[in-house]
Amino acid sequence: MLHIANKSFSSRLLLGSGKFAHPGIMQQAIQASGCQLVTLALKRLQLGQQQDDLLSPLQQMNIQLLPNTSGAKTAKEAIFAAELARDALQTNWLKLEIHPDPRYLMPDPIETLMAAEQLVKLGFVVLPYCSADPVLCKRLEQAGCAAVMPLGAAIGSNQGLQTRAMLEIIIEQAMVPVIIDAGLGAPSHAAAAMELGAAAVLVNTAIASSQNPVAMAGAFAQAVNAGHMAYNAGLAAAHSHAAPSSPLTDFLATL
Amino acid sequence: MSFYTQWQQQDWQTLQLQSRNFSTAQVQAALHKTRLALSDLQALLSPAALPLLPVLAGKAQQLTRQRFGHSVQFYAPLYLSNLCANECTYCGFSLSQKVKRRTLNSTEIAQECLAIKAMGIDQVLLVTGEHERKVGIDYFFDVLPLIRRYFSSVQLEVQPLRTDEYARLKSLGVDAVMLYQETYNAAAYQQYHLKGKKSDIHWRLDAPDRVGQAGIDKIGLGILLGLSDWRTDAILLAQHLQYLQKQYWQCRFSLSVPRIRPCSGGNEVSNPISDKELIQLICAFRLFAPELEISLSTRESAEFRQHVVPLAVTSVSAGSKTQPGGYSVEPENLEQFSIDDNRSPQQVARALTQQGLQPVWKDWDSFLGR
Repeated sequence: MLHIANKSFSSRLLLGSGKFAHPGIMQQAIQASGCQLVTLALKRLQLGQQQDDLLSPLQQMNIQLLPNTSGAKTAKEAIFAAELARDALQTNWLKLEIHPDPRYLMPDPIETLMAAEQLVKLGFVVLPYCSADPVLCKRLEQAGCAAVMPLGAAIGSNQGLQTRAMLEIIIEQAMVPVIIDAGLGAPSHAAAAMELGAAAVLVNTAIASSQNPVAMAGAFAQAVNAGHMAYNAGLAAAHSHAAPSSPLTDFLATL
Repeated sequence: MSFYTQWQQQDWQTLQLQSRNFSTAQVQAALHKTRLALSDLQALLSPAALPLLPVLAGKAQQLTRQRFGHSVQFYAPLYLSNLCANECTYCGFSLSQKVKRRTLNSTEIAQECLAIKAMGIDQVLLVTGEHERKVGIDYFFDVLPLIRRYFSSVQLEVQPLRTDEYARLKSLGVDAVMLYQETYNAAAYQQYHLKGKKSDIHWRLDAPDRVGQAGIDKIGLGILLGLSDWRTDAILLAQHLQYLQKQYWQCRFSLSVPRIRPCSGGNEVSNPISDKELIQLICAFRLFAPELEISLSTRESAEFRQHVVPLAVTSVSAGSKTQPGGYSVEPENLEQFSIDDNRSPQQVARALTQQGLQPVWKDWDSFLGR
């Protein structure tokens, strides 16, 4: 089970709700993935309207909504968005996203930490999207974040675990769940992230932009499970030389 | 170095000759790159790339889906005034044009806003002619708070302003400023822009810098296709974009590539661009700048938009009226230019949905970017 704050989830795959061709496909993909935590951009919601083409389909499902602050370039804007989201969606869970750089959507470490410190004080369950910086992740943890969400590569880039060496340090040191967010382009990337010991992964582009989002969602779900099982089982170490699988040691011991 | 200085060092003729001088091999090399240099973009814009258009379009579509998913943003223009102190040979709002002039007052603006909202539109582009004295900064300060209440995103397409004016507009709720250069060809620019402040090319070229310095979230660049050699204009726009992206790294950028449409001035198009070439232009920019927002307006026909939007376009206007009061106050007044795609926003949205795209009516909030 994945434990975040006071809740437990059987699925270790989080999904984004953007980029899908149709709300119906999004619903089917979420179902196929078994995902229980779905993030959605507050700026996309037409609050105050009876029907919203993004929110209404999600509210029909048995999932924890994770509103995000995408569009915010500063801590101040993110906090404003968080409070709107809490009022509108009746949840204090929040994916904190502050990316002032619209080209690569890199998270701003300074504004993110400032916002996280204040949001925790305001009673939010904060899951910050952040760079794969081990010190920043510890600082966010100390600020009271319920998890940290370092990036594997630039959002939507499908490049996989480009930050692997830093992610290993982050996972080794973390006392809160580490959720690898952004850049995972294939189920094998998700499996690799879970094999490193990540608590969960978040995927959007690789599923929503796939030719068959529903099948791809299922493939990611299996990869996440496989990677997590492999991590629990303990991966064998890699060697530069071949090692015979029927060693001579028994014979040698008799000599 | 300012962009103006950089631009002055360019020789239009040399660039224009260069723009045709690429081989198929150079085009193919550019098609295989993930990070394109300006010379790669030149290759993709060259005549040698036309036979490879299916490959270019395929790659552009893939990059668009990866970056923007299946989303297409919807907006509509709100023409506030057709008063203009400029004389531009291609424009129906020009000073010498005998059209009925009108500037909307607060009551009329509210009526127009409600009519646009009733079409389902939540993102608006405010447009005026360029008349500093009568439709200047004081008018914008007056009407913006009213308009801001109706829409989640407000973009502006008016005369170039000063940095301090842009800063004030930002605080009143402007999310984006469109500043189309029309053409980067100095000689042609002077021929087309005969009178008024618009004839000052320096003031216009530096305007995106002033928007960036004011910290407004988005800057829209554009060229008016038909005025000059489109390939050369496109390369200079790409240089401008590169310069601005480095200077104002927190800004988003959008591209518009309108073709001259018939207007009441009745001009001839001296440098036409074909449908195929326009697709080439749009797709080449997608490969050059995958993050660039690209908009395609109702100047283009329903059929053309139907085929091109799924390739690389991220934002469309729909249901547009291009005269002040056109939605509700006085629908029969003269337009700035005639539009070609007359479908309602819901019709455009339904057609895109059938093509596997998702119309996005709202993607911004008034508290962002202040």
